[in-house]
Amino acid sequence: MFDVPPQVLFGQLLIGLINGSFYALLSLGLAVIFGMLNIINFAHGAQYMMGAFVAFLLLQLGGVNYWFALLVAPIVVGIIGVVIERLFLQRLYKLDHLYGLLLTFGLALIIQGVFRNYYGSSGLPYRVPAELAGGHNLGFMFLPNYRAWVIVVSIVVCFATWFVIERTRLGAYLRAATENPTLVRAFGINVPRMITLTYGFGVGLAALAGVMAAPIYNVSPLMGADLIIVVFAVVVIGGMGSIMGAIVTGFALGVIEGLTKVYYPEASNTVIFVIMAIVLLIRPAGLFGRSA
Amino acid sequence: MERVVDPRATSREGGLISSEVVAFLVMVAALVVAPAIAYPVFLMKALCFALFACAFNLLIGYVGLLSFGHALYFGWAAYISAHAAKVWGFPPELAIIAGAATGAVLGLIAGALAIRRQGIYFAMITLALAQMMFFFAVQAPFTGGEDGIQAVPRGKLLGMFDLSSQTTMYFFVLAIFIACFLLIYRIINSPFGEVLKAIRENEARTISLGYKTDRYKLLAFVLSTTLAGIAGATKAIVFQLASLTDVHWSMSGEVVLMTLVGGLGTVFGPVAGAFVIITMENYLAPYGQWVTVIQGVIFVICVLLFRRGIVGELAHALGVRL
Repeated sequence: MFDVPPQVLFGQLLIGLINGSFYALLSLGLAVIFGMLNIINFAHGAQYMMGAFVAFLLLQLGGVNYWFALLVAPIVVGIIGVVIERLFLQRLYKLDHLYGLLLTFGLALIIQGVFRNYYGSSGLPYRVPAELAGGHNLGFMFLPNYRAWVIVVSIVVCFATWFVIERTRLGAYLRAATENPTLVRAFGINVPRMITLTYGFGVGLAALAGVMAAPIYNVSPLMGADLIIVVFAVVVIGGMGSIMGAIVTGFALGVIEGLTKVYYPEASNTVIFVIMAIVLLIRPAGLFGRSA
Repeated sequence: MERVVDPRATSREGGLISSEVVAFLVMVAALVVAPAIAYPVFLMKALCFALFACAFNLLIGYVGLLSFGHALYFGWAAYISAHAAKVWGFPPELAIIAGAATGAVLGLIAGALAIRRQGIYFAMITLALAQMMFFFAVQAPFTGGEDGIQAVPRGKLLGMFDLSSQTTMYFFVLAIFIACFLLIYRIINSPFGEVLKAIRENEARTISLGYKTDRYKLLAFVLSTTLAGIAGATKAIVFQLASLTDVHWSMSGEVVLMTLVGGLGTVFGPVAGAFVIITMENYLAPYGQWVTVIQGVIFVICVLLFRRGIVGELAHALGVRL
């Protein structure tokens, strides 16, 4: 069992960290949105895909490079998110939470269907930016620069988000509004606008993940469809009560999935779901959840 | 907070029960005459999905649990019954019973896990478990991967009726559908069903009244998945095929859509919803991916403007229970 060559082991660990970066960014966005809107954003996978497509289209049509796309795509998709919140989601806050899930599922079907109609289901290549091409030989493994970049950026973004929410005045307003929106409004804070911007921010995070994913996986209309279900399992395991919990669970599960690919590849697709089942048996509220 | 189901839509009110009896007789009469007008294979497909949607509605409509992974029971029952009929040589009635048992066993396992969390988590857990079993279906050798299990024999019902005739097959499917429909009606109008509705309205209060709500929820879940299994198994026998389409998450989404369009928590809604959606897919089949887009648009419209669904609106307009 332990006679795996180190190159293979570290290679899979790296892939696990990369996948974990995306799990962390996406489950973080879901947790932030759920905290403020009480909606599980089923369209999160579709919005991640849109981020990748905005980058792809910017390059194809306008010759706009990766670095610019990294900035523009989250803003564009975030603005689309703001429009979605204003047009649709704000009508659901007084209804059962399940309607939010159903509506965003419908939006995901629409977005994915439209893209599939124009771009088919096969992947479109997106090149690694020239500045990050190549890699370093670390002795025990080869580390492509771009992959190192993705891990670093997602860690930075995750912790910046954690910092803003847990350690700043703006974050204090957000947390207060999550607990009791009516009282926070009474203090003269525009809670509906905060909710709208929170959704835009969460969606923007998904789009950022999408742009970063574009050079690693190909750009395809269904790239987020299966991913979002795994992220749901991540969220069930971590519990959505804690921002740090979402980040840690995301990275940890990515690494566990990578290790499974080394030792028992048949189970690599399902290991996260199995862990979810075990966590439900032992700690039904989730690892970082406050209550069921 | 507006509930998923208007409690008045499912509460028993004196003197109005006959509206359901009338609607039931009209439905049965229409389904008996239907093969003279419509293509039997289309009708059988719609009936299988109608049963699937009724099974799903038993959970969302009467217990308030949104299972987003019902394709798991539908699809795996289809695989097991197709395998039983083709490889083990089971007659159709036994193959379908094998499918029902598959739905029950899988439902017991998945339900026991999923009811440990409430609300939105319940939906995510059922979806995740279904996705896990989708990957098993992709990898397991007996499911035939992308090809599925093809050329499943329809066989002879009870050794007497040759199901290769479309008309015989149709009436067999109709009998299964009506039997299951009546069973569901019996469940929701039994004392057990009243407890389920109490859980839907206020679980904490139901617990305080001394009910072990987890047991009720689990039994309701298993009943629903067993019926979903019967639907999937019947579909496998009718189409002589079990494939990955039936276990994919998009199938779970489709049954939600059918029930939502027809009316959550109405007895006849899922049937109407299934016929509407299957008819729509039939006509829109040449437009490829636009079908998905239109399904998404219907989801959005139903949630924003049309939460009662077709039958729910009709019942509301007529002031009766349907």
